Amino acid sequence: MPDTLIIIPAYNEGPRVAGLVSKVRSYSPGLDIVVVDDGSSDNTASEARSAGAAVLQLPFNLGYGGALQTGFRYALETGYRYAVQMDADGQHDPAYLEDLLRPVREGKADVALGSRFMGLGDYKATVARSMGMKLFGGIASAIIGRPVTDPTTGYQALDREAIRFYASEFYPVDFPDADVLIMLHKAGMKTIEVPVVMHTREDGVSMHSGFKPVYYVFKMLLSIFVTILRRNRFRKTGG
Amino acid sequence: MLKVQIYALIVSTVILLGVLELVRSGRLKENYAVLWISTAVAMIFFSLFKNFIDKLGFLVGIYYTPSAFFLMAFLFLTLIIMQFSVAISKLTERNKTLAQELTILKTRMNALESGGVPDDKTA
Repeated sequence: MPDTLIIIPAYNEGPRVAGLVSKVRSYSPGLDIVVVDDGSSDNTASEARSAGAAVLQLPFNLGYGGALQTGFRYALETGYRYAVQMDADGQHDPAYLEDLLRPVREGKADVALGSRFMGLGDYKATVARSMGMKLFGGIASAIIGRPVTDPTTGYQALDREAIRFYASEFYPVDFPDADVLIMLHKAGMKTIEVPVVMHTREDGVSMHSGFKPVYYVFKMLLSIFVTILRRNRFRKTGG
Repeated sequence: MLKVQIYALIVSTVILLGVLELVRSGRLKENYAVLWISTAVAMIFFSLFKNFIDKLGFLVGIYYTPSAFFLMAFLFLTLIIMQFSVAISKLTERNKTLAQELTILKTRMNALESGGVPDDKTA
């Protein structure tokens, strides 16, 4: 019985999702896949089902973090030991799934973060995003005590305690980002970065686009500030 | 009494009666009514007793009675809106949780109905 679940939040990815699920399956045949349909107006859910994935169909759009969290709640309730989150737009290369899972399965870390800036692939970010990542990556590095090269990666492998955290009320659903890294650190969890390849998006609307940069910066600063001060927070248990 | 005091008194009283009627008919919950009633009662008091509102105004450097009155009303309304923001935050969180739990249940139910055994790796 598979002990690992791959969670793919998707919004209007009808044309692409079946291809992605097949590709993921070809790289990791022994793992379960669930596509979380975030209130899509197209046939994302049926396409995912026909490709053989389990589907969680939200009644309305919750946004990337909310859809992702639905997958984590499902993973927790069903009893999976490990989970991998990846995006539905094809940017995250499934060839690196095992690389991400290995350190987590070996107990070397609670969360393995796939970084696109560790020498593999040739991902190019826009100037604005680069600056944002350097700023919040720098803050996260300083607090966590290890270099953070990709603070906003959505390509991660988690163990059961990390799943429990991501499924909890403490997980920030509006822009899960560097603040999550800091929370993981404060909760006593070990995180490491693993080099992966991410591709630039071929077509369609990116899940992370339409983002209001001013709100993002404000929200990140507030979230990080509050996390440092907060007393009532998630704590890792035996796991 | 100044003309403005009379109008302030009328408006505050209308608000108070309106709020009481909304609570009576069940359209406004008591815990949200508390601040509205306090605001209306305070405004009635201030419109009747000009001296109090004047003194409060002098304390912060306001020497024009209507301005002091509006400042008080503004502060009360800020409290009311803050209560709403807190309530909306809680409702948003709960709404999200309901959507998520419902979705998971639907998926498990579909699995059951199509003859499969629900996935349970904790067993």
